Amino acid sequence: MKFAGIDIGSRTIELVVVDDQGEITDSLQTDTGFDPMTNAKQLVSKIGYDHIIATGYGRNLFEISFDTPTVTEIKAHAKGARKYFPDAKTILDIGGQDSKAISMLDDGRVRQFEMNDRCAAGTGKFMEIMAKTLGFDIENFGKEALLAEDKLCISSMCTVFAESEVTSLIAKGHNPQEIALGLHTSVMSRMVGMINRVSRHGAIVFTGGVAKNRCIQKLLAEKSGREVIVPEDPQLIGALGAALLARETL
Amino acid sequence: MTTEILNTLQQITDQNLVDIEQAKAEGRSVVGFYCVYSPTEIAVAAGAIPLPLCGTRNDPIASAEEVLPRNLCPLIKSSYGFAVSDTCAFFRSADLIIGDTTCDGKKKMFELLARHKTTHVLQLPQNQDTELSLPLWHTELYRFKDLMETQTGATIKEENLRAAILLMNRERQAKKALMDVNMSNPMLLSGSKLLEILFKIGFLADKEKGISFIEAVTAAAKTGVFQQEVPQQGKGKRILLTGVPVGLGSDKVIKIVEQCGANVVAFENCTGYKQAFSVDENKSPMTALAEQYLSTPCSVMSPNTGRFDLLKEMIRDFSVDGVIDLTWQACHTYNVEAYQIDEMIQSNFSFPTLHLETDYAESDTEQLRVRIEAYLEML
Repeated sequence: MKFAGIDIGSRTIELVVVDDQGEITDSLQTDTGFDPMTNAKQLVSKIGYDHIIATGYGRNLFEISFDTPTVTEIKAHAKGARKYFPDAKTILDIGGQDSKAISMLDDGRVRQFEMNDRCAAGTGKFMEIMAKTLGFDIENFGKEALLAEDKLCISSMCTVFAESEVTSLIAKGHNPQEIALGLHTSVMSRMVGMINRVSRHGAIVFTGGVAKNRCIQKLLAEKSGREVIVPEDPQLIGALGAALLARETL
Repeated sequence: MTTEILNTLQQITDQNLVDIEQAKAEGRSVVGFYCVYSPTEIAVAAGAIPLPLCGTRNDPIASAEEVLPRNLCPLIKSSYGFAVSDTCAFFRSADLIIGDTTCDGKKKMFELLARHKTTHVLQLPQNQDTELSLPLWHTELYRFKDLMETQTGATIKEENLRAAILLMNRERQAKKALMDVNMSNPMLLSGSKLLEILFKIGFLADKEKGISFIEAVTAAAKTGVFQQEVPQQGKGKRILLTGVPVGLGSDKVIKIVEQCGANVVAFENCTGYKQAFSVDENKSPMTALAEQYLSTPCSVMSPNTGRFDLLKEMIRDFSVDGVIDLTWQACHTYNVEAYQIDEMIQSNFSFPTLHLETDYAESDTEQLRVRIEAYLEML
């Protein structure tokens, strides 16, 4: 039997299928775009499966369209992270428009969670806007920041005000890589604050699109003093977790 | 069945506005209250009608924000907004407003409210200490009593106070008996319906009517007639809602919990169980009132041990599976207290709390929903 999980996020949709042993057989990704259900339908039509669970921001829309069960992305991430890291107890997920920190009990159940889904600061959106303002591609943003020797502190937390601040720093002739490093630092310190509210010790499994950024990975490890583990494909963890839960419950 | 009860309640509520106008025409005073710390008995003893004016709707907030800062508790903004936009018939009918120095926001708001209607602010102590604070509160209640006598022209004798205490005790016990029907498993009356009833009864000028109505609903509930209409037939996860006051208009969290497949089984807040007390009928009335009302377990008190004890009791009595601790934005006392509440519940029971911070607007419904869903998944 094949069990699928679909994670309908604010920017991307991931679909993961696992077999009876819980091993991944397929995985696909697409942009959420303006019409999540059309894009989701397109994705699911490409792969066969017996059961599916939806998670993410668009899970209830999927539930209505496809008559499937749903789980929150919190539960899905806790499940997915343990596939690769069986002892994981702390997860940090930074997506396009939200971020969350999750701590787990020894048996893998969620113990506590904190979410920031009301403010763009410290999310993928922030990174995108800042990269663009500095003239970098989002894929290279981390690399560019790592090239800086010094960092320029950005005082504004707010995406809108930080963008203004960055624009004026560029106008004054400051080094874009130093500005980039300052921005990465400010994102990272927001994250550490959120993580500390749910857990103080142990390795951090870092998921979501922003987890691909090597500069953030490095800064997070340094500031927190904890090991930071990034799965091979950090954006799939939510969908993977949903697929594994489908396997367990359906 | 629930529809019938709610229709009756609506009729009573509509009639109430007429009753109030009638009472005023006959020379009775109407006194507006904003807090469970303020003894309504003192108004009742003077023959006045006490009305709870605490704002629970989002609409008046825009008018309030012309004068009050945006970064302020929505309850305070709503209360003030109702006053200045003249959209609350109950506020309009009030001859006197009783305020209280419960929190920073309220005490400053009352300074401005006083421009619209005669406002008397009770100086609530910071703690419940018997030697330091109780005498202060006692003095404040005597001042309130004197004021009521001046306002109404009536003399408040001891027998008036005793009668008022007896009446209000009966009303509170009726409410408690209604709330207690949900100690049963499965529960018998949905949290949202319970809230609606408790909320609307508070406005009734004719307290006997209110007491009879509540007693009838309680008796009916015990036979199980409302069970069909309780979400999940009352078999969902049993959630206790604690924290700030909620009412009709500010009850989105209750609705979301019910939509997510759980039940709100009890309220540890001033809309609910904080009103389930009794004033000692054997003591001297003013002493009994001062002692009982000062012991109200709101986070404005420091320390607030009463709330911790009450929660432990209620979690056991109502067989609670989870606790949602609600804080209105900018409510510092409940917000800071949430940490210790979570600590206490985790160490005494096998579950954590879900702490939510929000306001009256509907815009964050989905954010609240994902948190509530995730919390229910954890239980």
